[in-house]
Amino acid sequence: MIEHLVPRVLAKLLIPFILLFGLYVQFHGDFGPGGGFQAGVIFAAGIILYALIYGLDQARGVISPGLVSVLVALGLLIYAGVGVATLLLGGEFLNYGVLDSHDPVHGQHLGILIIEFGVGMTVAAVMITIFYQFAGRLKITRELESDDDDEDEQADDHADGPVADARGPR
Amino acid sequence: MNLDSGIPLGDWEAIINVALLGLLLLVTIGIIRVRNLFAVVMLAGIYSLLMALVFTLLDAVDVAFTEAAVGAGVSTILSLGTLALIDSRREKVPNRFQFVPLLVSLAAGAVLFWGMQDMPAVGSADAPNQVHVAPYYITQTQADIDVPNIVTAVLASYRGFDTLGEVTVIFTAGIGVMMLLSAMPVIGARRRRRREDDDGDGDKAPNDGGNA
Repeated sequence: MIEHLVPRVLAKLLIPFILLFGLYVQFHGDFGPGGGFQAGVIFAAGIILYALIYGLDQARGVISPGLVSVLVALGLLIYAGVGVATLLLGGEFLNYGVLDSHDPVHGQHLGILIIEFGVGMTVAAVMITIFYQFAGRLKITRELESDDDDEDEQADDHADGPVADARGPR
Repeated sequence: MNLDSGIPLGDWEAIINVALLGLLLLVTIGIIRVRNLFAVVMLAGIYSLLMALVFTLLDAVDVAFTEAAVGAGVSTILSLGTLALIDSRREKVPNRFQFVPLLVSLAAGAVLFWGMQDMPAVGSADAPNQVHVAPYYITQTQADIDVPNIVTAVLASYRGFDTLGEVTVIFTAGIGVMMLLSAMPVIGARRRRRREDDDGDGDKAPNDGGNA
């Protein structure tokens, strides 16, 4: 948690718009610039900004690491699942035209929307996961080091236990 | 298409391009010269922001988005996190002049310049990549897919299989980071403590100095 007032207030103002812009880039990607990749990184940047200002624990409370690691796989599964669905409907792999039996162009629209959603989900989740891992690693290392300072020799015995004195990432 | 000063728009673009590329050069020299790793990370973030502007000038707004969010944002934060983890504020400078890295850099640069001779001019309409499949995409996207953004149509539909592969790459990278960083935190800390003990005993040997 950062005590400085200005970054906190600015982040509070900006984060909703960053997330909203991410969603806009996601679902407006067929019409304007952008798509799943861009939307995913913008959305993840908003979450990472939140974690930087309010602390890793707070961010993990908002979007839990377990949920994120499910989303990492789910996005890719959605993408590949659309491919399997087109196979089952009698088309080629990832030929979205068969998704709508009346109008292939509508099928294309639907397919692009769904696979871009999968791309955005995986990209955002991977970015957030990598950040969580880096920041969490820092925390673990610091806890271990503060252990070493307190009790030099016995640290090995319970170094892997939970430590109460947890300083957040910078 | 003229601004008030009478300079045509294309010239303005060239002026801005030269200014941006000059700034890129300055930032690059800064990255090479500066030894404080925190400053290097910040300069790399500035480099990414400048690259995002260059991509915008090249009309690649999608790439500019990605560069600004990933290059300037996320990767800067990850680099700072790494700096905090490795507990090293300054790049270690080798004692003697390193000849081989300089030779490799000069040779690679010379080869790149030599290869540039064969490349078409930026934006030239008869470049090989513009005459192969691009005309098909430009003429057929409206009939086949009917989305205004041809880039999205190409990435998501015409080359959907490639994009699936790219998403798989990102997925694999995420899994790899999870495996590396969440596994065995205790062993890493012990090794680090042992290294610090060694440092306390006496001066350790200078590092191998492989910075190019």
